[in-house]
Amino acid sequence: MSNIKFLTNGIVRENPTFILVLGTCPTLAVTTAAFNGIGMGAATTFVLVFSNLFIALLKNLIPDKVRIAAFIVIIATFVTIVDLVMKAFTPELYQTLGIFIPLIVVNCIILGRAEAFAQKNKVFPAILDGIGMGIGFTLAITIMGSIRELLGNGSIFDVKLVSENAKTILLFILPPGAFITYGYLIALFNRVRAKS
Amino acid sequence: MEFVKIIILALIVNNVVLAQFLGICPFLGVSNKVSTSVGMGAAVVFVMALANLVTYFIYYFILVPLNIEFMQTISFIFIIAFLVQIVEIILKKSAPSLYQALGIYLPLITTNCAVLGIAILAVQKDYNLIESVVYAAATAVGFTLALILMAGIREQMEMTKVPKGMRGFPISLVTAGLLSLAFMGFSGLIK
Repeated sequence: MSNIKFLTNGIVRENPTFILVLGTCPTLAVTTAAFNGIGMGAATTFVLVFSNLFIALLKNLIPDKVRIAAFIVIIATFVTIVDLVMKAFTPELYQTLGIFIPLIVVNCIILGRAEAFAQKNKVFPAILDGIGMGIGFTLAITIMGSIRELLGNGSIFDVKLVSENAKTILLFILPPGAFITYGYLIALFNRVRAKS
Repeated sequence: MEFVKIIILALIVNNVVLAQFLGICPFLGVSNKVSTSVGMGAAVVFVMALANLVTYFIYYFILVPLNIEFMQTISFIFIIAFLVQIVEIILKKSAPSLYQALGIYLPLITTNCAVLGIAILAVQKDYNLIESVVYAAATAVGFTLALILMAGIREQMEMTKVPKGMRGFPISLVTAGLLSLAFMGFSGLIK
């Protein structure tokens, strides 16, 4: 596979959110607004790229039997870095995303890519795969955040698109809206894929 | 009274799956049959209560005195993975029948983000030891409740004709959405 393919693989063909259906918890929980999607996506991408990089570097040193434990320690290290950085520099976003920042540790996208890609490939492709998967995840949850924010609050990225008095469908920024939006988006993705 | 409040809040008002979005993967993955979801639920109750018990001691007797609270995420996930392994080994030796029933679900629990999530939330909420364990057990029972309800619905759904594009994940998610809508009726039950 060429380098471009490593990068684009995660964005469309193996999109972690819509095709692989991994990392569902943050996808459902933080997408109440479009901006949250970007924040969560950036945090996850950072962890994904660096854990892929280090796992690809250390793959010959890690004994096969304890590899999962070793991967989790590497991932948890970068999650702790993200956690502390976000607490210091973006306290508001940190508040909104809450528990889902430390929970990046158990996001199956990251462990999944470590197991399925990083430990079998060289450093450069592993970084590209991390970036591609990260972008795919960020795009997906930002799209979902935009839809929920638009339907539930009448705005996208805090820009009001409907008049102040217009009634919006509050359901979509509440928990049930998350499940329903995600369900229909996967169905839509399946249909587009089946057509092409 | 305090305990009743914690239990009702964790069990139905803030249901871990349907309102807090923790443990969605096993919720969607293991909710095919009522019998398997009961097994999974029992394993989760057991591990979650135990995890909160152990992480409480780790946090307040090791991390806080040494002033390294930032190691919380790393130490907790390690403890949970370790705990699941230990429980599996002990059950295999001492209670083979229980191991037979729970065995296959135990490894899956390490990747259940509800276990780590609830351990961290209990610390954030400043619960004491007993409150923390009660909170974990009630949350896990709430998880089981959601799982069994979902499995019941999905068993019925097997017999209906679902449009092609909606089969699999999409219809499960929309169903979960309606279930979550029903659970929203409980909000405001307790202040």
